[in-house]
Amino acid sequence: MKTISLALMGLLVVATAPFAAAQKLNACGATFPDPIYKKWFSEYGKSHQGVQINYEANGSGGGVKGVTDGTVDFGASDMPMTDQELAAVKSGKMLHFPTVLGAVVPVYNLPGVTQELKFSSAVLADVFLGTISKWSDKRIAADNPGVKLPDEDIVVVHRTDGSGTTFVWTDFLSKVSPEWKSKVGAAKSVSWPKGLGGAQNAGVTGLVKQNPNSIGYVELLFAVQNKMGYGRVKNSAGVFVKADVATVTEAAAGAARNMPDDFRVSITNAPGKNAYPISSFTWLLIPSKFSDPAKAREVKAMLHWVLTDGQVYCATLSYAPLPLAVVTKEEKQIDAIQ
Amino acid sequence: MNKLTWRKLVNGVMLTLTGVCTVVTISVLFVILGCLLYFGAHSLNWNFFTKLPLPPGEEGGGLANAIVGSLQIVGFAALIGIPIGFLAGVYLSEYEDKYFASVVRYVADLLNGVPSIVVGILAWTLVVLPMHTQSGLAGSIALSVMLIPIVTRQTEQFLREVPLALREGALALGASKWKMIATVVVPAGSKGILTGMILGVARIAGESAPLLFTALNNQYWGGLREPTASLPVMIYKLATSPYEDWNRQAWAAGLVLITLVLVANIAARLVLARGVSVPRG
Amino acid sequence: MATIAAAVKVSKAPTQTGDIAARWVVTLFAVSLLALAVLLIYELVIGSAEARSKLGIWHFLFSTKWNPVTEDFGALPFVYGTVVTSVLALLISVPFGLGAAIFLSELAPAGISNALTFVIELLAAIPSVIYGLLAIFTLVPLMRLYVEPFLKHTLGFLPLFQGTVYGVGFLTAGLVLAIMTIPFIISVSRESLMAVPREQREAALALGATKWETTWQIVVPYAKLGILGSIFLGLARALGETMAVTMVIGNDPSIHASVLAPGYSIAAVIANEFSEAGGKIHPSALVELGLVLFCLTILINGFARLMIVATTSKGSRRP
Repeated sequence: MKTISLALMGLLVVATAPFAAAQKLNACGATFPDPIYKKWFSEYGKSHQGVQINYEANGSGGGVKGVTDGTVDFGASDMPMTDQELAAVKSGKMLHFPTVLGAVVPVYNLPGVTQELKFSSAVLADVFLGTISKWSDKRIAADNPGVKLPDEDIVVVHRTDGSGTTFVWTDFLSKVSPEWKSKVGAAKSVSWPKGLGGAQNAGVTGLVKQNPNSIGYVELLFAVQNKMGYGRVKNSAGVFVKADVATVTEAAAGAARNMPDDFRVSITNAPGKNAYPISSFTWLLIPSKFSDPAKAREVKAMLHWVLTDGQVYCATLSYAPLPLAVVTKEEKQIDAIQ
Repeated sequence: MNKLTWRKLVNGVMLTLTGVCTVVTISVLFVILGCLLYFGAHSLNWNFFTKLPLPPGEEGGGLANAIVGSLQIVGFAALIGIPIGFLAGVYLSEYEDKYFASVVRYVADLLNGVPSIVVGILAWTLVVLPMHTQSGLAGSIALSVMLIPIVTRQTEQFLREVPLALREGALALGASKWKMIATVVVPAGSKGILTGMILGVARIAGESAPLLFTALNNQYWGGLREPTASLPVMIYKLATSPYEDWNRQAWAAGLVLITLVLVANIAARLVLARGVSVPRG
Repeated sequence: MATIAAAVKVSKAPTQTGDIAARWVVTLFAVSLLALAVLLIYELVIGSAEARSKLGIWHFLFSTKWNPVTEDFGALPFVYGTVVTSVLALLISVPFGLGAAIFLSELAPAGISNALTFVIELLAAIPSVIYGLLAIFTLVPLMRLYVEPFLKHTLGFLPLFQGTVYGVGFLTAGLVLAIMTIPFIISVSRESLMAVPREQREAALALGATKWETTWQIVVPYAKLGILGSIFLGLARALGETMAVTMVIGNDPSIHASVLAPGYSIAAVIANEFSEAGGKIHPSALVELGLVLFCLTILINGFARLMIVATTSKGSRRP
């Protein structure tokens, strides 16, 4: 009996003792930048006396809800918070900090097709609307002369959770397809006309990988890391552009010059000959006021690091670094954090 | 063919079919174990047990934090759930007050049948929102809500089976009621009660749904006051991801989990050493 | 119990503090169970209030839209998916389960019967997420490559088996649920069958019935309440299953006639959307779904226990 109660006490102590760390921050949100955030916070922790930033990628919707309910210290989202969402935040004002630029690509799994596919924007909209239901459809063939496409049903894959990646994708589709705009619209969570649902970018990539003849939309790195085919998309200049650091940077060029003060901007379907049309900034959602001054200090230090040292990690992970003009503007906003 | 031969034929065929059904059902278990062993065994390496998860795409991470996290969450849930369930079971068996006891019994069965995801919603509103963070504690509370009815019904069931003679003997010797219960009845039923507790804990150890948005997840070591990784939630995330390294880890984690659960179940039933049906309470 | 009560009255002073304290303590914990249940129902009702008032109960239960943009939510696709997968599960698991239960109670010698039942009950202990893990990598490819094309080819004239073959979908989810509910059906049915008095069987055999005829025409009907109870028990389990279902159902909130199509279930949508449902109505709608599921499982569990109790208390009182 005595040993049991001693063991139980020991268990209690172990269970409640926090593992030693200088400072712990909890964050959650977008899966779009998840690979680089995880890389950043891991590297940051190594060089900053074991500061542990726990980032849980549960989707941009999760990030917005987390900062609204106050269950995390800061959030992340690929869709800037709407005025309505900002008004719902109990603790006060939220600040948006762009961190990297990324691309959402149409990733597909077509056994037997080795060539890279091209998609015009209207075709993408109709595939996801269900109007184009087979890979052998004339319009897909028109974009891809010489490619033998199977006569199979297209398996559409989309997100189940509230996703900034979904917003970027649907924002683009809304801009290029009036039918999409009226039927579905652009948001983190939409009513999809058809398709299978996967959770987070990883889930969608997984579903596309496991289902032949499928197409989904994911952040570029997920397609690259899993060696999956992703198509070129026709931009507003009429060029079929492949997503990479250069084409994404070009898409952001206009926004870099005219960045609004609250940093909320959309760069889908951007002008530019070699601009990738489905690009986006991704933001960290930082409260302007922290109840714990130590946390405020840590967050500000982290932001400085992210905007300067962190940017070197972008290229290897296929993200585009922030334009210098944006970084300068953001450094000023860091001072607004208390 | 006359009627008798036909009937004999039907007899033979149908009875063989029932045997086939049994064989098929049993073989499913072995297929499950086989797959887990086959896919999971070679991913069980030192890294798996000692390393923390790495960023997506990097190989060599492990699930050390998930294993410890599960131990913390389940351990604390047991700490809360077992005493409450046990004492409520003692009430139902020894102190039942006509109407009230049957209400409590009905409620225990009701709670037993609550879908695990709904329990998660309860823990969210009760713990996560007031605490302003997901936490191992919220996960523990969700799991304890599932544990309590199981322990209650098992305790009640086995206490009831203690013979009247034992109770009367203790009372005749001058023991007060609570002394009778504590020193005679409970020890007599202890095998069954312990079985119920072990089975209950094994059941909640495998639950993933209630932890999804209560304990959330953590790249590092968590704890009761912050988001914590747990084995079942990690299996879900790793299995649905595209990275092959992660999928392998999912298999390994599945193997670890099922070993724990099955060992607990087998041990519990051997302790009991009788053919007890699937606990209905 | 009467003897104990009498013994207590005779031998002790009712004001003995130890006893009173003990009674209060255990009663307190029993009450805590009640409090827990009340709390659960309360939270579900409060949490769904927003959705119930904005959307209206009828609209919510019968609308097929699930649109977070326009904040119009309807439960029908999820109820449909939950019901369809559970029914499919039962259609598969009841024949197999009953067959195995008959084997184990009527044919197998006691030792083997107990051992095999023990093994089968281990299936019930396997966590849902592990079933999901296995299903994704073994069952789904099997369904996509062999089973579903076969069904489409042979039975494709029925609307039940038409449409694109995904591998995931209602049928696969139903199959996984079947495996998960079979141990409950076997275990409880077997007990119900074993509870049938020997005399019934011997009387039938004496009249010249074959073993199968005895079993099917005498024993099974006698135990039918318990068997029915086991079916409801399995159904209640299947309705609430979350992880295994969300990993193989396809997560598509629409109603399709074909079982090859993807769908969604109540538990799965809560699991996927709850942690980031924004605004006021979306999370409330999810809680309302939880309330619907809760009510469903309570109802069915209630039926199940009524039937099981009725069987085990029947004994040999039957005329």
